[in-house]
Amino acid sequence: MSPEPRKRRLVIPWSDVLITIASIVLAFIVGALLMIFSDTEVRSKFAYFFARPSDALIASWEKISGAYAALIKGAIGGYGPITETTAQAAPLICAGLGVGLAFRAGLFNIGAQGQAVLGAIVAAYIGFTWHLPPGIHLLLAILGGLLGGAFWGGIVGWLKAKTGAHEVIVTIMMNYIALGLLAYLLTTPAFQRPGRTDPISPIVDWNATMPRLEGGQLHLGFLLALLAAVAVWWLLDRSTIGFAIRAVGANPHAAATAGMSVARTTIITMFLAGALAGLAGVQAALGPSASGLPVPLSLGIVGSIGFDAITVALLGQSKPLGTVLAGLLFGALHAGGLAMQSVAQTPLTLTTVLQALIVLFVAAPALVTKIVPFLKPRKTRAFGPVPEGGLA
Amino acid sequence: MKKSLRLAGALVCAAALTLTSCAEAPGTGGASAPPAESPSPTAGGAAFKACMVSDDGGFDDKSFNQNSHKGLLDAKAELGIETGQVESNSTADYAKNIQSMVDANCNMIVTAGFLLSDDTLAAAKKNPDVEFAIVDNNDPKTYPAVTNLKPLLFNTAQSSFLAGYLAAGMTKTKKLGTFGGVKLPTVTIFMDGFSQGVDYYNKQKSTDVQVLGWDAAKQDGQFTGDFDDIKGGQRTAEGLISQGADIVFPVAGPAGLGALQAAKASGGKVNAIWVDTDGCVSAETYCSNIITSVNKVMDVAVRDTIKAAKDGSFSNEPYVGTLENDGTGLAPFHEFDSKVPAELKSELDAVKADIISAKITIESKSQPSA
Repeated sequence: MSPEPRKRRLVIPWSDVLITIASIVLAFIVGALLMIFSDTEVRSKFAYFFARPSDALIASWEKISGAYAALIKGAIGGYGPITETTAQAAPLICAGLGVGLAFRAGLFNIGAQGQAVLGAIVAAYIGFTWHLPPGIHLLLAILGGLLGGAFWGGIVGWLKAKTGAHEVIVTIMMNYIALGLLAYLLTTPAFQRPGRTDPISPIVDWNATMPRLEGGQLHLGFLLALLAAVAVWWLLDRSTIGFAIRAVGANPHAAATAGMSVARTTIITMFLAGALAGLAGVQAALGPSASGLPVPLSLGIVGSIGFDAITVALLGQSKPLGTVLAGLLFGALHAGGLAMQSVAQTPLTLTTVLQALIVLFVAAPALVTKIVPFLKPRKTRAFGPVPEGGLA
Repeated sequence: MKKSLRLAGALVCAAALTLTSCAEAPGTGGASAPPAESPSPTAGGAAFKACMVSDDGGFDDKSFNQNSHKGLLDAKAELGIETGQVESNSTADYAKNIQSMVDANCNMIVTAGFLLSDDTLAAAKKNPDVEFAIVDNNDPKTYPAVTNLKPLLFNTAQSSFLAGYLAAGMTKTKKLGTFGGVKLPTVTIFMDGFSQGVDYYNKQKSTDVQVLGWDAAKQDGQFTGDFDDIKGGQRTAEGLISQGADIVFPVAGPAGLGALQAAKASGGKVNAIWVDTDGCVSAETYCSNIITSVNKVMDVAVRDTIKAAKDGSFSNEPYVGTLENDGTGLAPFHEFDSKVPAELKSELDAVKADIISAKITIESKSQPSA
């Protein structure tokens, strides 16, 4: 919980909260319709809807309730599912913080993916090559990953500050370079597992694996993600650098006139954003999977964390607390999505569509208030403060 | 606002009326026939549940996963068992997807693919009362000790040898191209067999047909890097075509579709040989460019394994599909039936017989050891 700084009155934005809930409900309704129409068995019952509507309605209800019950149960139904949600959320929160921090400085960081890949490469390399005592090994691997991501982000900041290269293009290209670098490294003897011809690394040492609580998937990574959120809050709201970041984001010319170095701020912001995304990569490389061991370094190791992070940051309005909540929502959808597949046998693509629908409705509040008019705030005002500096 | 909503509602109703019509409900005519139930476990299969986890290609990859998945569906239709399935999105999903199938009370779990080998082995050790089968992997060092894990293997070097021989006999440019998805033993085994088939043809006919994209001696060649990158497959195939190849042999799952696109774009100059399933069935739009396919009959192996597990005769002994037991082979020529010379066809039959009788030996270090 980030207490409101200075003496601003704590105002709970009830209409925002209601609209967010309404958008999730709407997404679920559209998702339900999709489930009915995409299922041939249920659809066939609609063929004789007017002869015996009960068949179609019961089949639809069973389909929808089964799928959503699985989703909710898989996300928050007990200790195991909740910890799975946190495990899924942690890297998204870290990378989302990285993207959000850059937003605040007016930088659109599409490069969280590449920064996370670099973080994963360094962390995993330290994890399986060095053999150090417990504690130190993990610490060094995490720090290495942070630096890897920070380096990758820092390059972007430096290019932007010194040459004016647009960070969107540079970060996208750096994503490709990072992935290519990973693909290359995995064919070298330093990274490839002995005896294998495919691109896969050895398994990370036990000493470098993030410790987890027995019985669930709650591991150190989630704690690190929360700490990172607090650190970002402190940085933005309490520190001089944070003030500079927000000032540059709001108006770089004014900030420069006021004596702040826009170039320096840009480099620092991208460095920190890269470190946060790198932490997401560290979690992918060192966090224990369901089998208890970390996933070995391979091409798909970070999945699409870096791209989901953009959505998480937007959903969280680039604020630390918002990012944590958005990350948890996404983590819950990921964890519940698997249960929808395994328990209710809903296709993977449909769960992905459902996640996209929720984001779509949350990101389009005007649409939600149009569909559900009584939620419209009394005073007409734009929904949600646009992240300072906007996305331009 | 309200009006537009009402209008939308009216539209939906109208659509419902036109689309759903007023067909008669099943069972309304016949006196007491109950409406058809969804496939229920009561059909004799008791509570046996067979499940499957895909790799990141998904069950619709027109290739490896899809064919294995067909085995699961066949088993469901034939044995009336319950099934479950989970598709993986990335490497990080494998362990938890397998675990989710264990949690869903599956009696037997089939994992599709070499990539899942670590996690399948770990899950099999952790859950001794669940029976596992993995398509395409066997580690003679660790697997025999795990009694609830059955490897399903395919000696596709044999059938690829035939494909290589056929391609060498069909090429006009004397150059053939091949490329893989990821450098896995289960991929390179095709390429080894293919290039040895070409070598054999060259020796028999004193010709000089070259294979581009795979160097069997160095065990290195061209790979797209993953199995999903159709564009990458197309680029790789175009690269091989520009070097003169007029028959391409993509061993890359869905990424290989890119090679079929490149072949189709050539307007008949370039053709392809598909792998895993009969391309004229799984990717029929490209049938006019597919000479034949190297079949890897995973569906039958998966179905038989599930059947054995249900009947209580599961064993962890590896299954190896060969030319002899029809676990692998060449698919029909379809549209090329008239274009492949009769002489070449009979030579292929002879070569096949020689491979089965071990008169021809194929050397690939990726070949499964039974």
